[in-house]
Amino acid sequence: MTAPTQSLSPADVALYQNRYPDVFKGSRLKRLAPLIGVVTVAIYFVYVWFFFSMGQVIERANWDIAGNYLADWISYESRPDIQLEDGYVVVEFPRFDALGNNPDPDWIVTETGMVEKQVPVAVEEKAGETGGQTSNFGFLGALPSQAEDQPAEDEKPGSSAFGFMGAGGSVGITDTPEVTEQVFETVREQAEISAEVVMGSARILIEPSLVTIIDRGQTLEFAIDRDESVTPLTDLPSWAEQKQEGGKVVVGLGFAGRVEVEDDEVKIRHRFLGWENFLFDANSPFFGKSMGEVIGLVFSGDRIDPEMSNAALAWSNIVSNAEWQHGDVWVKLLQTIIMAFIGTLFASILAFPLSFLAARNITPNRAGNWLMKRFFDFTRSVDMLIWALFFTRAFGPGPLAGISAIFVTDTGTFGKLYSEALENIDDKQREGVKSVGASPLLVQRFGVLPQVLPVFVSQSLYFWESNTRSATIIGAVGAGGIGLKLWEAMRTNQDWENVAYMVVLILIVVFVFDNVSNFLRHKLIGKQAR
Amino acid sequence: MSDITSPPPGLSPKGQAVEAHWRQLAGQRRLYTLLSLGLLFVAVWGSLWFANETNAGKFFDRLPYLLDFFIDMAPRDPIEPLRALFDLPSPYDDGSLQYNYDVGRVYLFGDFYLPEYFYKMIETLNVALVSTIVGFSLGFVFCFLAASNMTTRRWLRFFVRRFLEFLRAFPEIVIAGFFLVVFSLGAIPAILAVAIHTIGALGKMFFEVVENADMKPDEGLRAVGANWIERVWFGIVPQVMPNFVSYGLLRFEINVRASTIIGAVGGGGIGEALRLSISRGHEAKTIAIIFLLFTTIIAVDQFSAWLRRKLVGDQAFVTAGGAA
Repeated sequence: MTAPTQSLSPADVALYQNRYPDVFKGSRLKRLAPLIGVVTVAIYFVYVWFFFSMGQVIERANWDIAGNYLADWISYESRPDIQLEDGYVVVEFPRFDALGNNPDPDWIVTETGMVEKQVPVAVEEKAGETGGQTSNFGFLGALPSQAEDQPAEDEKPGSSAFGFMGAGGSVGITDTPEVTEQVFETVREQAEISAEVVMGSARILIEPSLVTIIDRGQTLEFAIDRDESVTPLTDLPSWAEQKQEGGKVVVGLGFAGRVEVEDDEVKIRHRFLGWENFLFDANSPFFGKSMGEVIGLVFSGDRIDPEMSNAALAWSNIVSNAEWQHGDVWVKLLQTIIMAFIGTLFASILAFPLSFLAARNITPNRAGNWLMKRFFDFTRSVDMLIWALFFTRAFGPGPLAGISAIFVTDTGTFGKLYSEALENIDDKQREGVKSVGASPLLVQRFGVLPQVLPVFVSQSLYFWESNTRSATIIGAVGAGGIGLKLWEAMRTNQDWENVAYMVVLILIVVFVFDNVSNFLRHKLIGKQAR
Repeated sequence: MSDITSPPPGLSPKGQAVEAHWRQLAGQRRLYTLLSLGLLFVAVWGSLWFANETNAGKFFDRLPYLLDFFIDMAPRDPIEPLRALFDLPSPYDDGSLQYNYDVGRVYLFGDFYLPEYFYKMIETLNVALVSTIVGFSLGFVFCFLAASNMTTRRWLRFFVRRFLEFLRAFPEIVIAGFFLVVFSLGAIPAILAVAIHTIGALGKMFFEVVENADMKPDEGLRAVGANWIERVWFGIVPQVMPNFVSYGLLRFEINVRASTIIGAVGGGGIGEALRLSISRGHEAKTIAIIFLLFTTIIAVDQFSAWLRRKLVGDQAFVTAGGAA
């Protein structure tokens, strides 16, 4: 490999340089062109940097949230709160927790013991009016907020005062206007005096006045002065943060989740890999069953619901899954596909005759050609966005608006492309058909169409595929389909796993359509298809 | 026509057999055509029914009101859109958002100002240009790794191609939505969304151009022991650069439209202004923005077409076209 370069002596190099000066020294402009290009782009980027004040924006960027939401794509959190009461703790799960209603996961272990509690007693004469408030305490800790807002009507005041978990006691009392009128009673009963939570490699020990977190070989201890302050008893490592003295401490445990230690509760955010409850939500009778159990039930079990077979029940439970909304997502995806399909098809059908009018060689009418071409330019240049907004106002949000927007925009695009293809045809075939005395219509049919039809269909197929992608975007401005659903899911910032699910569906659809359209185009016009 | 389809007299038995066979095939073909037309008809009918059922307003109920939009959009006097376009004070100004044209002025120096919508249009154009340049540069890097004549390792080619496909197919709106969370409202999410899509789209077109390149210069360079980068830079790039730039310009046209749309869903710029003014029913502002957008898109298209024609001649127009 190196032989040729070695044999070229400096003298030879000089000889060649003298012999072909233009090869070795091109014009100055040509040699400097790449450099000029790079410098121009660099200057432009500096300008844009200041134009969009990118420095500030990037400085203010919230990467923590980004990491969390990205993790949400492929995982879910269970979010129990552990309330710190006077002498005991209460484990509470929010109402729509990923693990279902009132789960008892094995990663939370509680220890029970006898404790003395202060519980309010309903005063007899007040019972009628304050029944709503007193019944709060009958509720299990799982529903404090609901109990607070809308007291359950079927619970009898008085008897409910001795609810066995006593959750929300402080919440209920502080919020009631008749605080002073309530009488407290000391009761001795069983309660959870401590809880241990295992999250990945971390162990969290929660006692009413002391929270201990053991992870990565370190032990963090926090003394809790209830409703007053949180005091770290050890130095905080980089993965634990207390923004103000006595305030809450946020402890990050990597992918396993994080723990927020506050002065009256410990918030656990335990993250698990996977999409939770993908098939059945917590209200389904199939919830929490393994795949084998579900299959067994579907094929041979007794009917769970006497109205329908287990298979039908399972299917309807999947479709109406409250968290993943499979049914709705599929309908919206179908809308998007239909928007692209119908919009593209109708645009091709309308553009087909119009392009014959626009082609100079087919319709020898200059004014007509010009008018047609400007019409195509108009519908094409008024953006698909504008058409989408316009038709959304006309038809209301939904696929009709999307179909109309794609139809109008692509009538222009196809008209332009088709008429260009028509103007490039070989005239000999037309002459041949004309020479045997065919009528003008037959001349087009046998002299022109065979040449251009494959090109037309190929163009339409290409746009069919790319319109499927466009339809997703214009959906977000109200033109229906999965775009709007995606946008709503992102807006709430809760459902990034749903976004991921829809993205996967869209990717599959686009991939399939891409391949189908490529396959058909190759069959139609051979390898030269783009 | 009938005498062509009836069997010509005086055919040999062999000829008649061929004729019968041909007829059978033609009949079959006609049947298939009819069947597929029927299927298409059913699909179209079903789709239209479905679209109409799931739409907020029904097609035939809403059709009479289709043009109401234009009536709603009639400004109070014909000069109003011009005032909105150039941020001149309106005689109808009552402090509401509808007539406060002179609020959004961007003062450059002294009394000289850039009207609000021109500024927003420049914002959108900048988003499109930056994302095209970014997409062009990265697409340029990836395309040589995806081209079968420059990269012999199958697994690398396969990986790069799938990667480009992934970037191309990933919904732009999700990228924009995700980065809106990180950066809050502004142009950067829009730039990232459009640029990521552009990398995939241009990368794919670029590697197809590279695969069609003449390999003789490359052979010559290989013979004198050039390394891979030298082969790409001196053997392939000079051939494909005009085509690359032409595709890049085409992409720029598409990206102007795309960044308008992304702007409307939260990326700022003229798209957002348009969405707001349409949904609030500000007729003069809407007309001004549509006019500005329309002329800008036509100007960009014409300029890019002129440049492409200069670069690669009419070749750029045979299959030219594209969608957002």
